[in-house]
Amino acid sequence: MMNAVPISWFLTLSAILFALGVAGFLFRRNIITVFMSIELMLNAVNLSFVTFSYQHKEVSGHLFTFFVMVVAAAEAAVGLAIILTVFKGRSTLNIDDVNSMKH
Amino acid sequence: MQLWLIPILPLAGFLINGIFGRRFSKSLVNTVAIGSVVLSFLWVLKTIFAMGDLNTSIEEHYFTWIQSGTIDIGCDFLVDRLTIVMLLVVTGIGSLIHVYSIGYMSHEGGYYRFFAYMNLFMFFMLVLVLGANFLLLFVGWEGVGLCSYLLIGFYFDKKFATDAGNKAFIVNRIGDFGFSLAMFYIFKNFGSLDFDKVFHQAASAPEWVLTTIGLLLMVGACGKSAQIPLYVWLPDAMAGPTPVSALIHAATMVTAGVYMTARSWVIFTHAPGAMDVIAIVGILTAFLAATIGLAQNDIKKVFAYSTVSQLGYMFVGIGSGAFSAGIYHLVTHAFFKALLFLGAGSVIHALSGEQDLRNMGGLRKKIPITFWTMVCAWVAISGVPPFSGFFSKDAILLAAYQHSPAIYWIGVVTAGMTAFYVSRAMFMTFFGSYRGTAHAHESPAVMWVPLAVLAALSLVGGWLFPIQAFLKAMFPAIEEAGNPMLMYISVLAGFGGIGLAYLMYLRKPGMADSLAQTFKAPYQLIYNKYFVDEIYSATVVRPLIGGSRMVLWKGVDAGLIDGIVNGVGARCRDVGSVLRLLQSGNIRSYATWVLFGSVALLVAMGLLGGLPR
Repeated sequence: MMNAVPISWFLTLSAILFALGVAGFLFRRNIITVFMSIELMLNAVNLSFVTFSYQHKEVSGHLFTFFVMVVAAAEAAVGLAIILTVFKGRSTLNIDDVNSMKH
Repeated sequence: MQLWLIPILPLAGFLINGIFGRRFSKSLVNTVAIGSVVLSFLWVLKTIFAMGDLNTSIEEHYFTWIQSGTIDIGCDFLVDRLTIVMLLVVTGIGSLIHVYSIGYMSHEGGYYRFFAYMNLFMFFMLVLVLGANFLLLFVGWEGVGLCSYLLIGFYFDKKFATDAGNKAFIVNRIGDFGFSLAMFYIFKNFGSLDFDKVFHQAASAPEWVLTTIGLLLMVGACGKSAQIPLYVWLPDAMAGPTPVSALIHAATMVTAGVYMTARSWVIFTHAPGAMDVIAIVGILTAFLAATIGLAQNDIKKVFAYSTVSQLGYMFVGIGSGAFSAGIYHLVTHAFFKALLFLGAGSVIHALSGEQDLRNMGGLRKKIPITFWTMVCAWVAISGVPPFSGFFSKDAILLAAYQHSPAIYWIGVVTAGMTAFYVSRAMFMTFFGSYRGTAHAHESPAVMWVPLAVLAALSLVGGWLFPIQAFLKAMFPAIEEAGNPMLMYISVLAGFGGIGLAYLMYLRKPGMADSLAQTFKAPYQLIYNKYFVDEIYSATVVRPLIGGSRMVLWKGVDAGLIDGIVNGVGARCRDVGSVLRLLQSGNIRSYATWVLFGSVALLVAMGLLGGLPR
């Protein structure tokens, strides 16, 4: 069945998802959207890891994917906590308003 | 013989008074300061008696001071007849002036500080005369210069006093520069700085070497002993307390140059060119300073220029080859000039600080003891026989006549002027009617007893201490002139000066002013001291300050050095201000950069055909 779908399709999907993530990260102002964009980029990378792992019959690609998922879960936990705190303190989720460290 | 005790005693006095004096009572300060100097004087006397006939000199070695390569300089003290004369003058007159200072300084602040400095001065002066090599002499030489500076600027809350101290110090640096060069040159040629080694080899050295050394030493002597062209600091040095003027700027320190040239007589006798320079500088200084003294109105300024003039006489003696006559005059001058200054101090003290001759007059009856002691100094400096100044001045003039009759005649005229200006000061102070307002009172015994001792020495010191004969064994013999005519002429000049002053200031009091009106230009010239200070200021001081300010400060320091340092910093900031734009703190702009970077990498890899292997 796998032979029916060429590997380039997987990689193209991965690139599209990654590009969507980058675009979201760069152009959206809402912190949660930005956060979700980061998750999207991570998972796009996970997809290409799994694809190459399958292609090369190599298990280390899967391993990396698990690591990335663990990091993403931890990041989601910490990140959402930060976002909650920021929202409590500032009543805004606009990323451009959360720049007091700069000044 | 324990020669080291002689300078160490005043040094101990300095340390005790300098460290603890603030908490001492005045009588305790007196005991320490005067006790140390008197003990030093007594130790000098003991040394002299222990030396017997004084024909052999004694030298004591204490420790090696500097040893490096061929340089080997010890801390050595030497006592011979010349040193003995100087030791007696320094400690003897020093003791008297210390005693006098008790009275003079009694109302002044900084009492312990004054005596500490005076003791330090005694220490350095004794090192100067005892040192057995040029470097040790130089230590004393610089030390007395330091004390001179400290004591001129004793009233440090007055601008003119600190300025005068700076002037003395800076002008002396010029002389010391010459002295240092002389020492380098001596070491280069003779490989040593010890007096006996240098003088032993000097007789066989080439004449031009000795002339160079002699002239450089003379530059040093010109600074310390206030000769043309470096005499300008001495009249200003009168800003210090009067006992300082008497001890340091009349009797002892300023004669250090005379002592040093006399000590180096071996070098000078083999360098006739240098001798001529000394004689000419001496007579010119004597003459010009005497003319300035004619028209000064500050009593201390009159005596200050008189000191410059008399120092010129001493150098005439040295330059004429009559070293013993020069030292002879040094001693008698120490008596009568210390007395003149202390007497002037007593007058100033009596008038509560008044120094202007025009505000004095008629003090003969009010302060008789001061008057009579100063009369003794007056007759001595005027060259009235048989008082001390007569003998020594005559010895110098006779030697000068042997050397060059022209110098003799200028010297005679100078002797006349000396008698005139001292008589003028005396008449204006003690005769006529009182022109001031302060209530005059006689000084206490602690002040007039030293005056009386010095008065006695001024009167009889000439024949009581035949110093010329005493020193004859040390120095090369010169021909005796033995011409009584010359003696009569110089005595006549002295009486002429006194008589003229009597005529102008007592018989016809208006005469001096009308003469000053008639000869306005010359009078203004000498009244303003030939504008030497102004000329120095215009030719040396201002160009130096201007050059330092415009070139060294604003050009080199602020322009070049600061420019390099600040320029490096400013360029770093410029580069940073451009780079700073990248570091905006905006995460998304960083991400954009990352994106561009990644795209650029991918494009590069695509163009190059994959990762480099």
